[in-house]
Amino acid sequence: MSAHTVGAQPAVPTTPSRDAGAAGGRQRSAWLFIAPFAFFYLCFLFGPALYMFVASFFDASIVKSGLGNFIGLENYASLVQSSAFWSSMWHTLQFTLYTVPPLVVLSFVFAVLANRMPRGQTFWRLAFFTPYILPSAAISLIWVFIYTADTGLWATVQKWFGDDTPTPVLGTPSIAMVGIAVATVWWTIGFNFILYLAGLQDIPRELYEAAAIDGATPWQQIRHLTIPLLSRTTTLVLLLQIIASLKIFDQVYLMTNGGPGTSTRTALLFITDTGFTDYRIGAAAAASFLLFLVIVTIAVIRQLVERAQQKGA
Amino acid sequence: MATTDVPGSRRSGISAAAPPRRAGRVGTNGGKNFNRVAGVLLAVCAVIWLIPSLWAIKTSFTANAVSALGTQAILRDLNPTLASYSSLLGGGDLWNWYLASFITSTLSAALVVTFASMAAFAISRMRFRGRNVVFVLLLAGIMVPADVLIIPIFQLLNSVGLLNTYWAVIFPQVSSVIALFVFKQFFDGLPKELEEAARLDGASNWRIYRSVIMPLSRPVLSAMAIVTFVGVWNNLILPLFVLSNPDLMTIPVGLATVQGSFGQRFSDIQASTILGALPLVVLFVIFQRRIVEGVAGTGLKG
Repeated sequence: MSAHTVGAQPAVPTTPSRDAGAAGGRQRSAWLFIAPFAFFYLCFLFGPALYMFVASFFDASIVKSGLGNFIGLENYASLVQSSAFWSSMWHTLQFTLYTVPPLVVLSFVFAVLANRMPRGQTFWRLAFFTPYILPSAAISLIWVFIYTADTGLWATVQKWFGDDTPTPVLGTPSIAMVGIAVATVWWTIGFNFILYLAGLQDIPRELYEAAAIDGATPWQQIRHLTIPLLSRTTTLVLLLQIIASLKIFDQVYLMTNGGPGTSTRTALLFITDTGFTDYRIGAAAAASFLLFLVIVTIAVIRQLVERAQQKGA
Repeated sequence: MATTDVPGSRRSGISAAAPPRRAGRVGTNGGKNFNRVAGVLLAVCAVIWLIPSLWAIKTSFTANAVSALGTQAILRDLNPTLASYSSLLGGGDLWNWYLASFITSTLSAALVVTFASMAAFAISRMRFRGRNVVFVLLLAGIMVPADVLIIPIFQLLNSVGLLNTYWAVIFPQVSSVIALFVFKQFFDGLPKELEEAARLDGASNWRIYRSVIMPLSRPVLSAMAIVTFVGVWNNLILPLFVLSNPDLMTIPVGLATVQGSFGQRFSDIQASTILGALPLVVLFVIFQRRIVEGVAGTGLKG
């Protein structure tokens, strides 16, 4: 990086024979290379983000054109007072709390164990990673079917264990989110599993051999070697996981559509309901912006942590 | 969960027998027993992980009349039938979904790979004023959660009349900042001498990009193309809101309608699940390493 900036400082091109005209041409050519990407970036990422921010101060609606009237912080004020908004934030947090610990711990355990196995690497990868590449719509259909009240696989398993009237998972407000979380853990663990496997591959074998010679048991090796050496991967997995969980939409939309009642309605569902069902674009934009702030904060933390770790390494 | 003990014990028997031979590789001190227990544990978990998929597969080969009776009936049924598959493949919906998903994913992947690599080439290999500003600005996009922008994106597409076209699914997914970043990292690693010789010979930037850099970038090109393809193929939220014409629905949106329209025809539902997921599973089997590397390398998370 530093070498590049030093090279960029003098305006003289690398080939001195070419004059300023060539340098100007090169300038233009660089922008031409960037233009197509920048166009889409501005139209579909930067622009919408800016629009969302601006619209959050207006009583914008999908049914009339333009932004409507400027209403200042009114959208935010009504959100803060709205129990529907807070409950959707709470459901998002709930989902995050249910999914993040198992997705970090289990993927770590699976990866450490799989890495020790002299055989079956393809099988482990197949078992744990394949669900990750399936569309969310497919995994939702599978799990809705498993959770079918009375006759579904899960209900039947509970009956085998003596529970004659198993509660329908997705139809019960108190446990519907747990059901969605289980399906999500099943679906996405492969991603973390692969990240951990990649991290494990970077640990030199000699470290374990030395530890074994010193009499460390496998458990001690994991405790004092593997866990500390994988701390970078763990931070990455943890932060990526939190960001992904905050954006939860697909599984909830497909499995319960926020129900029963609003017991599984998460932030992004609240936003799309407010915007597309209630046509309240301004209010939806304000909610989007708040969720956006939370996610960006965590993304920034991730960048800072990554930079700190790179410096430390 | 504990029901998996039955198939689990069979699997674990195989795995547990294997480790002792090369167990010394990892650590000799108590390693054998540890590895044996670990093998059993892992195998049980792996089997638990396979059950939902196997269950969907088993159901898809059962008659609708049987699967409607529930788990016990499906387990006992020993007459596999292709009825669900033939009725789905005989209808038009599934083929429309395939077509929509294939077109949108392929075009998105092509555009992402082309535009992101071009921009990354300029940022990595060319000196121009404002380069760092451009890079930082684009990089900031990594942190922007695109899903949260669904409403303004919808409004934009609506105002330019692109709703209910494949472009509505493709365009918003073209600005993959992650792809740009991966390309830039890769280009930064290529030696400068490569293009300097070409430049002395009077080659234009476009020529250097096309004939020097691109041929060297095949691994990262294909990884980014596949990762984008999979990402667009699996995206639900965008096509859900921008496509309302059933003929244009992509597989995830189509599958989302299945639950309601198929009612209690569990076998048909699961067969459509399998058929919807099948192209990606095939892709995964072929490009396993690329997908795993691409996914792990870019830190994409659904």
